[in-house]
Amino acid sequence: MTTEPQDIAPQDFAFTEIEALLPWYGAGTLRRRERQRVAAALRDDPALARRADLVREEHAETIRLNETLGAPSPRVAARLMAAIDTEMLAAQRAAAPGAVARWLTGAFASLSPRTLAVAASFATLAIALQAFMLLDVFTKPSGSVPSAGPGATRLHGTTAMVRFARQASAAEITNFLHTYQATLVDGPTPGGLYRVKLAMSSLAKEELGRVVQRMRQDRVVEFAEADE
Amino acid sequence: MRAFEPLFICRDKLCNPTLGAMQAPADETLIGQIARGDRLAMQVLFSRHHVRIYRFVLRVVRDEMAAEDVIGEVFLDVWRQASRFEGRSAVSTWLMAIARFKALSFLRKRRDDALDEQAAESIEEPSDDPELTVAKQDKGEKLRACLAGLSREHREIIDLVYYHEKSVEEVALIVGIPENTVKTRMFYARKKLGELCRMAGLDRGWP
Repeated sequence: MTTEPQDIAPQDFAFTEIEALLPWYGAGTLRRRERQRVAAALRDDPALARRADLVREEHAETIRLNETLGAPSPRVAARLMAAIDTEMLAAQRAAAPGAVARWLTGAFASLSPRTLAVAASFATLAIALQAFMLLDVFTKPSGSVPSAGPGATRLHGTTAMVRFARQASAAEITNFLHTYQATLVDGPTPGGLYRVKLAMSSLAKEELGRVVQRMRQDRVVEFAEADE
Repeated sequence: MRAFEPLFICRDKLCNPTLGAMQAPADETLIGQIARGDRLAMQVLFSRHHVRIYRFVLRVVRDEMAAEDVIGEVFLDVWRQASRFEGRSAVSTWLMAIARFKALSFLRKRRDDALDEQAAESIEEPSDDPELTVAKQDKGEKLRACLAGLSREHREIIDLVYYHEKSVEEVALIVGIPENTVKTRMFYARKKLGELCRMAGLDRGWP
């Protein structure tokens, strides 16, 4: 930690307000009033003007020194935009249930009591039918359960088909899914494809394209395509 | 010898010499767009500032990979916090303040933090030691070697004033110290620079 007096002028060499302002004067970052004060002092004091030349040297060499530092690699921008895309996806996912709830509330509010009663009856019937179908599936031998594949499961929201690299470990795949806030919903198909769900809502085509493009650059992924 | 004059008189946005008057959206406009989730505005802001922020961070952390990680975090914070920007300072000053906080957090996490914080004042890194490296160099190179040999705090303030062209008020905001302390610290940084130069055989006649 550098130790220095906070506001005290050192006694061993001259510290004046004007002297202290020289660096900002040289950089052109003083307010007009202060700038005029320094300019007047420089006109009247040749010794101060000589010291101001030292400021000019320091200024120039500081710029040169910083310019030699180069620039960050393009992967910084790529990583940043990937992180932003992930956050946008997560935000859309979080917003989706609220939107559905609002739509449902509005839809039910517009129905008359009689219509609601009829709709409730149909809903009860549909639930009973689903229960019967599930019972049928689970009581069949396991070999007869239809295998998953593209088109076998149609889902709401946005999905993509992905084939993971052979050398990808389970931890890497988990990390990949976490990065994209994705969940495995189907697969593998005979070709080793998995369907991953990216968002509860439908993403714009361009945005989905960007996400899939980024997935393709991930070393865990061998193949990725939007699930149209 | 030419008269000592400031490089830029006008720091108003409308006469920004690099941007022109009406061509590019102001940083404040971009921040507003980013707050509404505009990805393109984020790309523009990033491309406009990332090199300077990177150099500022690199001079603090002295590690290129770490500096890249830090600036990624800085701009991700901007994406998340854009709606909280109140416009009390220039956007570049706000970015610098975030970058400085992140860079210092990185240094604190690093195990050899103590060396960086405590010893930099008295122990120059081998590559920065002015006595070892500047014997046969010209005046400019000697001066740059001595600038690199300053402590982190002195490097920081000199960079902010000379390279990033920050006013006294802006440096105070970024570093989080009173304006008078900014002036004093800059003065001491320059004094230390003069001492390093003298050690390196470059007597500038001040202090």
